[in-house]
Amino acid sequence: MSIWNKHAIFEKNSIILIIGILIVISIGGLVEILPLFYLKSTIEKVEGMRPYTPLELAGRNIYVREGCYNCHSQMVRALRDEVERYGHYSLAAESMYDHPFQWGSKRNGPDLARLGGKYSDAWHRDHLNNPRAVVPGSIMPSYSWLAKTELDSRHIADDMKVLAIEGVPYTQEMIAKAAVDLKAQANPDDTAGAADLAKRYPKATARSSLGKTVTEADALIAYMQMLGTLVDFKQFNGKANWR
Amino acid sequence: MAGTGSLTPANGTKRMTIGELSLLVISVAMVFLSIFIAAKAHTAAYAFHMYVFAAASIASALAIVNRYMKRPAAPAPQFIDGKPNYNWGPIKFAGVIAMFWGIAGFLVGVIIASELAWPAINMDLPWISFGRLRPLHTSAVIFAFGGNVLLATSLYVVQRTCRARLAGDLAPWFVVLGYNLFIVIAGTGYLLGITQGKEYAEPEWYADLWLTIVWVTYLLVFLATIWKRTEPHIYVANWFTLAFILTIAVLHLGNNATIPVSIFSPKSYILWSGVQDAMIQWWYGHNAVGFFLTAGFLAIMYYFVPKRAERPVYSYRLSIVHFWALIFMYIWAGPHHLHYTALPDWAQTLGMTFSIMLWMPSWGGMINGLMTLSGAWDKLRTDPVLRMLVVSVAFYGMSTFEGPLMSIKVVNSLSHYTDWTVGHVHSGALGWVGYVSFGALYCLIPWVYNRKLYSNKLVNWHFWVSTIGIVLYISAMWVSGILQGLMWRAYNSLGFLEYSFIETVEAMHIFYVIRALGGLLFLTGALIMAWNLYKTIVSAEAAEAPEATPALAPAE
Repeated sequence: MSIWNKHAIFEKNSIILIIGILIVISIGGLVEILPLFYLKSTIEKVEGMRPYTPLELAGRNIYVREGCYNCHSQMVRALRDEVERYGHYSLAAESMYDHPFQWGSKRNGPDLARLGGKYSDAWHRDHLNNPRAVVPGSIMPSYSWLAKTELDSRHIADDMKVLAIEGVPYTQEMIAKAAVDLKAQANPDDTAGAADLAKRYPKATARSSLGKTVTEADALIAYMQMLGTLVDFKQFNGKANWR
Repeated sequence: MAGTGSLTPANGTKRMTIGELSLLVISVAMVFLSIFIAAKAHTAAYAFHMYVFAAASIASALAIVNRYMKRPAAPAPQFIDGKPNYNWGPIKFAGVIAMFWGIAGFLVGVIIASELAWPAINMDLPWISFGRLRPLHTSAVIFAFGGNVLLATSLYVVQRTCRARLAGDLAPWFVVLGYNLFIVIAGTGYLLGITQGKEYAEPEWYADLWLTIVWVTYLLVFLATIWKRTEPHIYVANWFTLAFILTIAVLHLGNNATIPVSIFSPKSYILWSGVQDAMIQWWYGHNAVGFFLTAGFLAIMYYFVPKRAERPVYSYRLSIVHFWALIFMYIWAGPHHLHYTALPDWAQTLGMTFSIMLWMPSWGGMINGLMTLSGAWDKLRTDPVLRMLVVSVAFYGMSTFEGPLMSIKVVNSLSHYTDWTVGHVHSGALGWVGYVSFGALYCLIPWVYNRKLYSNKLVNWHFWVSTIGIVLYISAMWVSGILQGLMWRAYNSLGFLEYSFIETVEAMHIFYVIRALGGLLFLTGALIMAWNLYKTIVSAEAAEAPEATPALAPAE
């Protein structure tokens, strides 16, 4: 059988074998990944998306650091029971500023894509401190140290600069005022600062931190309280964005 | 990294090779660079990592000098009495440390399984909370245990099947030691909260950069050994290893394209965002399964099963079809992790289609492995090591049937986000990857140490204890996964959702206890194995005769 003998060319030349492997493994990846960067339908047209405030970004970094994605998804699938349990199904637009994405792959706990505004800051504080104090059957670890650890936000402007390079629309002003904005959002008494913050970050709300210093719990709660709240679904046209 | 060029003149006076000299200079430079970065590090955890790098560089410099002082002037001969002078040193190291990491990884698995059953075990400690330990478990078993098994077996098989000594002098050592340094950096990083937050790609930019250097060296050592071969053909196991090394390199670079915040910060941000990042992540994630946990271990199957059964590979043509079809189709399968999400439907459908088609090459490979036993099935009764290898291939068949099933969108709508996925992964990981690795190590350790395996009876114990463990594990996860999936979508007679989320969590408790027990049995089996291998290595009795020439398929 001559055709099988032809395969010997791969078996006798390592470089030809390498080239063959590289061609064969490239096709699938190229077909599935590249169009996502240029097909306009990949990301829906929506109103309301904005970058994270400095405090929310710091909180998101704690979410990533603690590996929350190992137990919580942030992706409401387009299935009847999920939409009824969690809210509107997630849009690609809602995570377009997420470096990295945190859609998750396992629900040891519930989905968090639409967590924002469902509970009070105080509830979150109690829940992080001891989940079983507010949800008796919970299997979540206690994150009591978050409220005891001061947030290290010295380099938050540097983080925003990197994200700006990667395409997140942080302006020069946002980066310059990062430290001020972070403090303003964490301080419930700083109404002037909160108003100034809201100009740059619509819908950003001041959180009710308790102590004098901004803790990791404050940042994480600021992040969790904005999850899924940005897109204005009254103006969202699902049919026009059909993919 | 270490060149093979030698400055040794004809008169035999000892000189440092170019490889030794350059690696020594790089090591010393690394000491200063790491300490400089450590001094200005943004976080204490990052400074700790830089000191680890510094310590490793000092150790490396000392080891190079020490080795130079002790070695003879001439480089190691390529052949002795016409037979290849095989280099088993790095293989011994990788094989033994694989066993160590395996036990560590299984132990962490038992701990996190217990944390889900009894959350109080956390004791409010950051570094042992589930979110930090779960990546430690997955990385320890996949990259530390599996990776070292792959290093040991691939570098063994390439020498044997090429009938050539491993290329490079220091380079193979750099590969195995450098890879394990990466493991230490990655693992301690998770405990300290250093992570990229991408599944199975958690290590941060500096660890990724280090792994890239190690991986390229691995490719070069492997290739250069192939170039030295005294056989005309490259054996099928080496095709799979080559595909594994190359594809993992491509995936690693694509999924870790990050910009660090600063050279003094462990934090980086990935270039990709949202939906594109999700697609790239699962292109990476599923092919970590396809190429790390499948292609690499299929290379083990294609060498160790025929060798142990003393039968040629069942079908040479099937191995050709198996190879090309498998590597072509696997790369498409990623989007099945993203069904019904915000990923566009066309990508989901492509992912599902190729995942279903992937069933065929997977079973082609299984058939090729199992049918190799033709005429040697009786050995299953007398050789528990061969039995372990064969059962691993059977588990491979089972999980590569279950995978395509779960990739069907309607099935996935039930199974996704539940323990069914976890059970599926573990039937592949414990049954296929675990058993084929155990089987390979039971062969390899006696071969490279030239000893007789201490006890077949203990292998039997290992086999049965861990098989019971696997059965408990995967059946508990099937029940809990399907149960939870059904509870999430259950409606009552009034048309409202029947269960709150926490009720579905509470229903899982008993299955989490059974799962932890299954994991404990699997860990027990591995401890029995470690004892067996330890007794094998320290035994004074050498194996009677060098093992017979492998009964490999003629590559025609």
